[in-house]
Amino acid sequence: MAVSDKFKQLTEKKPEIGLLFSRVNKVKWLSFPYILWMIGFILIPLIMILYYGLTNGENSFTFENISLIANPVNRGALLLALELSVFSTLICLLLAYPLAIILNNTKLKSNSFIVLIIILPMWMNFLLRTIAWQNILERTGVLNTILNFLHLPTLNIINTPAAIILGMVYNFLPFMVLPIYNVLIKIDKDVVNAARDLGANGGQTFLKIILPLSLPGVISGITMVFVPSLTTFVISTILGGSKIVLIGNVIEQQFRLGNWNTGSGLSLVLMVFILFSMAIISKYDKEGEGSNIW
Amino acid sequence: MVKKFFSRFYIGIILLFLYAPIVILIVLSFNASKSRSKWGGFTFKWYHELFQNEDIMAALTTTLIIAFTSALIATLLGTAAAIAMNSMKKTPRTILLAITNVPMLNADIVTGISLMLIFVALNFTLGFTSVLLAHITFNIPYVILSVMPKLKQLNSHTFEAAQDLGASPLYAFFKVILPDIFPGVLSGFFLAFTMSLDDFVITHFTKGPEINTLSTKIYTEVRKGIKPEIYALSTIMFVTVLLLLIFINRRKADKNAPIRKV
Repeated sequence: MAVSDKFKQLTEKKPEIGLLFSRVNKVKWLSFPYILWMIGFILIPLIMILYYGLTNGENSFTFENISLIANPVNRGALLLALELSVFSTLICLLLAYPLAIILNNTKLKSNSFIVLIIILPMWMNFLLRTIAWQNILERTGVLNTILNFLHLPTLNIINTPAAIILGMVYNFLPFMVLPIYNVLIKIDKDVVNAARDLGANGGQTFLKIILPLSLPGVISGITMVFVPSLTTFVISTILGGSKIVLIGNVIEQQFRLGNWNTGSGLSLVLMVFILFSMAIISKYDKEGEGSNIW
Repeated sequence: MVKKFFSRFYIGIILLFLYAPIVILIVLSFNASKSRSKWGGFTFKWYHELFQNEDIMAALTTTLIIAFTSALIATLLGTAAAIAMNSMKKTPRTILLAITNVPMLNADIVTGISLMLIFVALNFTLGFTSVLLAHITFNIPYVILSVMPKLKQLNSHTFEAAQDLGASPLYAFFKVILPDIFPGVLSGFFLAFTMSLDDFVITHFTKGPEINTLSTKIYTEVRKGIKPEIYALSTIMFVTVLLLLIFINRRKADKNAPIRKV
């Protein structure tokens, strides 16, 4: 008994592949080019934004660039961007959660369907897909033609905030579906069955088991939609007409005009929201593997 | 039954929402009228003219070269990094993965601006190389996150066994580890290629005036109207990848299917 236990222990102890590698050769050195790359092209560039944002043209320290966010135009652009991105994130969540549940229940043999909805549209350029929405939403566009045919009132949503929200939902919905789906497929079916065995009905099982367990995916999804929505300038340019200005448009314009310090200062304000999102993600991404994101 | 119907219906609605613009673009590529909002009859004209349009062809070449090169370099760097990270202790691995997540979670506009600032600070002329470097940067995380799960699934004993049987570590790596993680490496490459192809914002900030990718070319035409040749080109690219994916799926299905009776 004792011997077989010992034997079992010995054979079951799986040495980590990594430890094996490192015993054989210094495999960790393989990460060196990557680490250098990330320092050079991620960390130092972000520090450059910090530097430009906190200095004026003569390299002296100032808070002036950041305080420009209080300017009514910039503040309005930030608040509108916040409002629209919160709306689009909520809509994405409401659309994506049921979809992720359905995809999880259909027990797909391969992930080809996921590829279909997420990767394939990217082969039609992102700008073109957004421009196509102009065609759909225009006064005499596809949508209104159909509504006319059905004798329904026409919709005039092109060049309104609603059109921008639609563009955001359209472009970023896949980034909400994927993290939620990734978490749902990992939920142990036995846990769900146990809840049912113990008398929970469908609703209770969902609220007490599935929803709490899927929370990390939901959080990742929210971040993956909120950040690009908050910072976009393309969607607002194409679907919002020239009158609606989001904070992304303001920053892009500052850089186009060569006001790098101002643009960087405003970017720093934006980065506060981004950093906040990243902090929340890292709190929920317990494995630290980023698997909830992609 | 009702539930199944509802599920199908819901998926259908979402697919309609996601693919309606793509259908519109494909239809526009056959539209004889130059205007986006008028249907002028069916034509193949834009497909003929596409290949005579040097501007578009140049942008396409640049786009494809950048997508291929950046995906390739990102795959090499990312796979090496993933293997190394897999062998690290928890703390350094967590730190590295957190940095890996930065370009994915960060806003494109911030990534684009920050890269532009560093290139200018280093007196590096904005152009082909700066775009390439930028694309490699945002592509690496996709490769790492594709390879990591495969590394975790590896059976470490096979590597050990190969060495016990006399293989050198390098030989064992190529014969045992690489074949196992290869699907992850391949999907990382494909993902990186696609991301590079679809990127506009980061390219917009790092490209300089001399070169254009398809994305930046389209952006300059947003106001004055898109050339219909672009619709034709996009349709060709989309349909090519669609057919490619169907082909790959078929082959996979064939492989998984039980051996056919003769």
